[in-house]
Amino acid sequence: MNQLLGFVKKEFTHIFRDPRTMVILFGIPIIQLMLFGYVITTEIKDARIAILDHSNDNVTREIKNKILSSGYFRLEANLIQENEIDPIFKKGDVKEVIVFEKGFAENLEREGKANIQVIADASDPNTAQMLYNYTNGIVQDYTKKKFAGFTIPVQIKSEVRMLYNENMVGAFMYVPGTMALILMLISAMMTSITIAREKEMGTMEILLVSPLKATHIILGKVAPYLLLSLIDAFVVVFLGNVVFGVPIRGSLFVLAFLVILYISMALSLGILISTVANSQQVALFISGFALMLPTILLSGFIFPIENMPVPLQILSNFMPPRWFIDALKQVMLKGNGFAYIWPNVLILCAMTLFFLGLSVKKFRLRLE
Amino acid sequence: MKQTSEYTGPIIRVKDLVKKFGSFTAVDHISFDVKKGEIFGFLGANGAGKTTAIRMLCGLLEPTSGALRVAGFDGYHQREAIKRNIGYMSQKFSLYEDLTVYENFRLYAGIYGIPRKERIRKTDELLKKLNLEESRDKLVAGLPLGWKQKLAFSLALFHQPAVVFLDEPSGGVDPLTRRTFWDLIYEVAHQGITIFVTTHYMDEAEYCNRVAIMSEGKIVALDTPVALKEQYHTDSMDGVFLKIARNKE
Repeated sequence: MNQLLGFVKKEFTHIFRDPRTMVILFGIPIIQLMLFGYVITTEIKDARIAILDHSNDNVTREIKNKILSSGYFRLEANLIQENEIDPIFKKGDVKEVIVFEKGFAENLEREGKANIQVIADASDPNTAQMLYNYTNGIVQDYTKKKFAGFTIPVQIKSEVRMLYNENMVGAFMYVPGTMALILMLISAMMTSITIAREKEMGTMEILLVSPLKATHIILGKVAPYLLLSLIDAFVVVFLGNVVFGVPIRGSLFVLAFLVILYISMALSLGILISTVANSQQVALFISGFALMLPTILLSGFIFPIENMPVPLQILSNFMPPRWFIDALKQVMLKGNGFAYIWPNVLILCAMTLFFLGLSVKKFRLRLE
Repeated sequence: MKQTSEYTGPIIRVKDLVKKFGSFTAVDHISFDVKKGEIFGFLGANGAGKTTAIRMLCGLLEPTSGALRVAGFDGYHQREAIKRNIGYMSQKFSLYEDLTVYENFRLYAGIYGIPRKERIRKTDELLKKLNLEESRDKLVAGLPLGWKQKLAFSLALFHQPAVVFLDEPSGGVDPLTRRTFWDLIYEVAHQGITIFVTTHYMDEAEYCNRVAIMSEGKIVALDTPVALKEQYHTDSMDGVFLKIARNKE
């Protein structure tokens, strides 16, 4: 135990004496958070929606046909009652629910006016805004064509409600994503580099020849980064809350659990990388290309997954940040607990174990 | 922890030691003994199996077959005990450059579980002996190469091991510094600590009590430098080495 403590202490000294490491640890997270606070435009295709049709008449059927044949939407469920709306959002199956009021065609004929309510999951604000615009566009287009010859102006009014993120703040989407990116950067990249550095400097040999056990060496290298990553996660959540007003609706316990799980996953990835990388440059290269780019591009952080070509959609399933970002949004923005995020938790656990197992195997192979 | 004091036989016993990686035999039935306090040189071209042999002696690799005892401990089942009783210094000196001299001592002492009190006393003593007192709180990165070499050697000896393995300890160091370094090695050997050294420098080979030369996994020559020179009719270890290499062809 004392041996391990001395080792961890030394690791902290390495970190605090290297200005570059300090910048990566504490400068980059803040800069990235601020940068990603700005909105990046995205596009929609085949978004899953549900429809609650209270009248089910000719006009509503026509409008539904138009919407579903547009290519932007895919019908996930036909709802019967209002109280089905909330659960289906919480489950995360649909991005938008379209509600037709009772006696839709009648109202339109008698008063020249009928109402559609569009409810969107705005924890992903770009997508939500886009979905609403598309829906509205289709409805207006339909109205214009259908009632072109009429003298009285006919109006179908669509009313929109953004769930979970009423004010459509872009940062709501980017804070969880930035967190995923930063934790990956610090945990995976920094550990792989620091272990590779010991190999490069030849100090790893000394450690291996010493009575320290391999697990102690790895634990000693990893523990400081676990702690510092946690601090960074706290800083991101705190800044997100104070600067961008991103809420934390779920329990802090669930949030902390999720963050620690994700950090563990990233750390085991870092260890895995260090088993194949013998120099800091190689470690940096692998973690940069193999981790950072997929985290940014394939996790749904910036580009909606439902909009990707099918092969990339499949590939995104293997990206740990995807599951983390999704779960994080659910916890922070929707206030969901384990009852909803357990599949994500399970997947992240499985990935962590897989990476750890693989690194142990690689480590042994290398020693032999 | 120190279970070696009563042990009087050869510090290193190697008998028909073999290490295979798949179908490749890296070390092929080598045998030798190293006495207490002896300076034993281990020579050979790159790829001759030196590194693999040393890794087994250090408890890092389990042998495929043959007998191996280091400091009285078995090379198969007591590798952890071997690790506690040996010191190791690599050609890169393997110091933490961003730690101070003192912090390096503290770290190594911690790894080997040396109590605080003893650590402080020994560190002061060693710094005095090496004339490094003024550099106590300086970062290792700023020290001259020769000082780093001495420091690395002292660290390898800090936990009073029975054997110290020096893996090309003089890489990049000028001949004069090398000479003073060897004075240090002689001093340590006099205290009864066994020195096992690999080297590329033939002048260093001359300093050893006995020298083993490895080629293609086998030990092809093993004797004192004087006897080896006589046997190969040459006046330097360089000559011995070249003749062995030629005989191979």
